[in-house]
Amino acid sequence: MTIIKWRPGRSGSRFDPFSEMQRLQREMHRIYNTLAGTQEGSRAAGVYPHLNITEDEDSYYVRAELPGVDPEDIEITTQDNDLIINGERKIPPEGANVSYHRREREAGSFRRITSLPTPIDSSKVAAVCKNGLLTITLPKAPAVKARQIDVKPA
Amino acid sequence: MSDKELQVRDKRELESEGERTRPGPVFVPAVDIFESEAEITLLADMPGVASENVSIDLHENQLTVSGEIEPLTSEKEEYLLQEFETGTFHRQFTLSDRIDQNAITATVKDGVLRLVLPKAEKAKPRKIEVKAG
Repeated sequence: MTIIKWRPGRSGSRFDPFSEMQRLQREMHRIYNTLAGTQEGSRAAGVYPHLNITEDEDSYYVRAELPGVDPEDIEITTQDNDLIINGERKIPPEGANVSYHRREREAGSFRRITSLPTPIDSSKVAAVCKNGLLTITLPKAPAVKARQIDVKPA
Repeated sequence: MSDKELQVRDKRELESEGERTRPGPVFVPAVDIFESEAEITLLADMPGVASENVSIDLHENQLTVSGEIEPLTSEKEEYLLQEFETGTFHRQFTLSDRIDQNAITATVKDGVLRLVLPKAEKAKPRKIEVKAG
């Protein structure tokens, strides 16, 4: 049971349980998103396509969902720490005699630039697009890789 | 290059879909559905879903399309930035026309499912001529 404080004088004198419930719902949603660590606009760049970036010891991995994009239409450029993904999503027309019930998929061009935390070895960058999922593997520059130094007994 | 620039949109997450046996989020794929005289075609964006992991079920007039994905990352990888989540795709449709179930074809290319549902003979529109009396 939640007790909501009645605040008279706000928006007239009548207590409106519905607007109060909505306010509570919004608040809960916001708290939930903060706790769950989902982006909710805070970290996402707002540019197509959405990217996931991961790293392991040797490389960075950049992934993007690009359904319906021909791998031929994707162009990847690297420059220092930057990665540029350029491309176009084409949706060919389906003939003149069709009528649409739903049209949610969109065509258009895209261009996204992202920076990686450390320099990469641009000669060894590899990209694969499989089932509309682009994976770019960017090996870290040799100087960046953590080196393990053995201590020899004297 | 076309003039239009693609706008980024968050994937639509399915709020509730009964109890699921597999954990993880469920997303609603964006679709195009269009109809010609002979058939209904459905295109669904399901990035990361291989053709063998798509399942299509037509029961009565209820069409269910779902797709499972493989894990994205290896165990060693750590996230630096996560702008999208991955999970199962699932969407249901109710079809108004009668479909010839034996003639349904489905293909997957670059993460887009193309489902062609030919109409049964009965459902094709017929022109009725009005004779002068």
